[in-house]
Amino acid sequence: MIWNVPFITVALLIAIGLYAVMFKRNLIKIAIGITIIESGVNLFLITLGYRKGGVAPIYTNLPSGVTPQQMVLPVPQALTLTSIVIGVAVLALMLSFIMKMYQHNKSLDSHSRRLKG
Amino acid sequence: MIYNEAIPAILIGLPLLAAFITPIINLASRKARNAFVIAVLAIEELLIILLAWHVFTDGIVIYTMGAKNPGIVPLQAAVPIRIVLEIDGMAAFMGLISCTVAMAAGIYSISFIKEGNGKSRYYTLLLIMLAGMLGMEFTGDLFNLFVFLEILSIASCGLIAYRQHADAVEGAFKYLVVSNIAALFVLFAIALFYAQYDLLNIAAIAKVMQYTQLDKIALVLLVAAFAMKCGSVPMHFWAPDSYSTAPAAITAMLVAASQASLYALFRVCFTLYGSLMDYQTIGLAIIIFGLLSMFIGVTMALPQKDIKRLMAYHAISQTGYMLLGVGVGLYLLGSSDFNVYGIKAMEGGIFHIINHAMYKGLLFLTAGAIYYRLGTRNLNEMGGLGHTMKFTSIFFIIGALAIAGIPPFNGFASKLLIYEACYKVSPILSIVAMLVSVLTLASFIKVFHSAFMGPKMHDVKDVKEVPKSMLVGMAVLTFVIIFFGLFPGWVVSHIVHPAVMALVDKTAYINAVMGG
Repeated sequence: MIWNVPFITVALLIAIGLYAVMFKRNLIKIAIGITIIESGVNLFLITLGYRKGGVAPIYTNLPSGVTPQQMVLPVPQALTLTSIVIGVAVLALMLSFIMKMYQHNKSLDSHSRRLKG
Repeated sequence: MIYNEAIPAILIGLPLLAAFITPIINLASRKARNAFVIAVLAIEELLIILLAWHVFTDGIVIYTMGAKNPGIVPLQAAVPIRIVLEIDGMAAFMGLISCTVAMAAGIYSISFIKEGNGKSRYYTLLLIMLAGMLGMEFTGDLFNLFVFLEILSIASCGLIAYRQHADAVEGAFKYLVVSNIAALFVLFAIALFYAQYDLLNIAAIAKVMQYTQLDKIALVLLVAAFAMKCGSVPMHFWAPDSYSTAPAAITAMLVAASQASLYALFRVCFTLYGSLMDYQTIGLAIIIFGLLSMFIGVTMALPQKDIKRLMAYHAISQTGYMLLGVGVGLYLLGSSDFNVYGIKAMEGGIFHIINHAMYKGLLFLTAGAIYYRLGTRNLNEMGGLGHTMKFTSIFFIIGALAIAGIPPFNGFASKLLIYEACYKVSPILSIVAMLVSVLTLASFIKVFHSAFMGPKMHDVKDVKEVPKSMLVGMAVLTFVIIFFGLFPGWVVSHIVHPAVMALVDKTAYINAVMGG
């Protein structure tokens, strides 16, 4: 059961993030919601890569008494790293859009939008 | 033919490299920069024609990134290592669309986008957008698909907000939120696959797919994400906002970008799952998405006053046709009727993709031409443009007749295929499709009448024809529309049919990577 805690956290994070994106009116909170969803997905990837007693997949640095079979597969970590980098770019772009919108509308409320119908 | 096996990699790499060289050339001279960008786009077009020719005659092309012999996928214990590009008929078909639209948009932008400190960045993002689209279409690797999806959406958002109006920034923000959530859904689905099969390659996953409970969740996530990104109802709200506020050339590119997501949707449904899943339910869901998109799109378009917003709602409605055609094919997959009219329906849907990219691209470019001269998108402030903007009005008529499905233009050819094939499944589908077509014509007659007909307006006397480069950009798309309209039989049998067969033939796609 205790091993399921990360997965429950993932589900909670994604649910909280989706709630924020759908029901919050403040644009910054929408950006935060997206970041929370992203953290949930990243945590999911990392949890998949976890193995009890695993070691880093570096041959030259293998501790004594550990066989190469105990190395973890580095692919999930690589995927997470890529996803984090993309996430930073998206967050920066999103915040700069919010800044521009605030300059024009003088409000962060999503209900003060201009495009309707 | 002068074919080289490195062409798939060059097609993705060249625009990426050129994107970052463009600002450097801009330091030397603006003319050189324009010439450079157009040359790159023209080379892309040539290369994709070569590649498509090769794929349509010799079958699937494989390119393994970084391998000594890129034509063969290195397998280790039945796991393909390295990133594999896999170009089958469908991918080559989509590549043709992306490159053609990008070329027209690039030429059009030379005079459409006013010179300023941002224009070299504009071209940078345009080239990155092209690279993102081609990457999404060519890749045989799910994670790579996610990366290119993000490259595409970040570049598109930057371009939508290019003019930095309040409206443009808002449209870009909406698109960024929707596409980022869609991309995270895709990443979650990829993680589900990786958890079960330790694989990321599409062909390898398709080979060992068990269709477990987790795979069902992944299917729902992927279908929802790509349906969101292609602008189908009920997640269509971003499309009118971002399409109408982006510069016109970018709107044409956005149409092609949405279709890259549509391609990913079809790739997931047909290649990754295929007959394993409950294709009737998914097919029915896609048909319902299609019908709703068609009807809601066109009814929302009728009352619009903003010319680009009106066209954006039509884009949603036309996406419905593609979903309907391919959805009918998916619904019939595996039954004996599939070979009789399932393939016809899919041909109609797939043919409509390329037709729509051409005529909707053209219509957005004409709307951009009007905006360029008048500085407004409001239909009530236009009138009598036909007196002075003769070429633009001719291009608009051709685009409008093509979208309404009037012969001899290309829209007619694909819509007829869809009507015919859907009628055999349920006459209601065809009736809705025809009704939507009639409403489309009605709405474009309204636009034509209020923008081009009537006496010259007093306050806009200095309206001239748009500069040559914009006319050339529009003419490229018009040429394709007329060609496809005059020779639909040749196009269907030589380009569309191989694409459909590539989509349906799951085993060929798997064997090309996994061998035997």
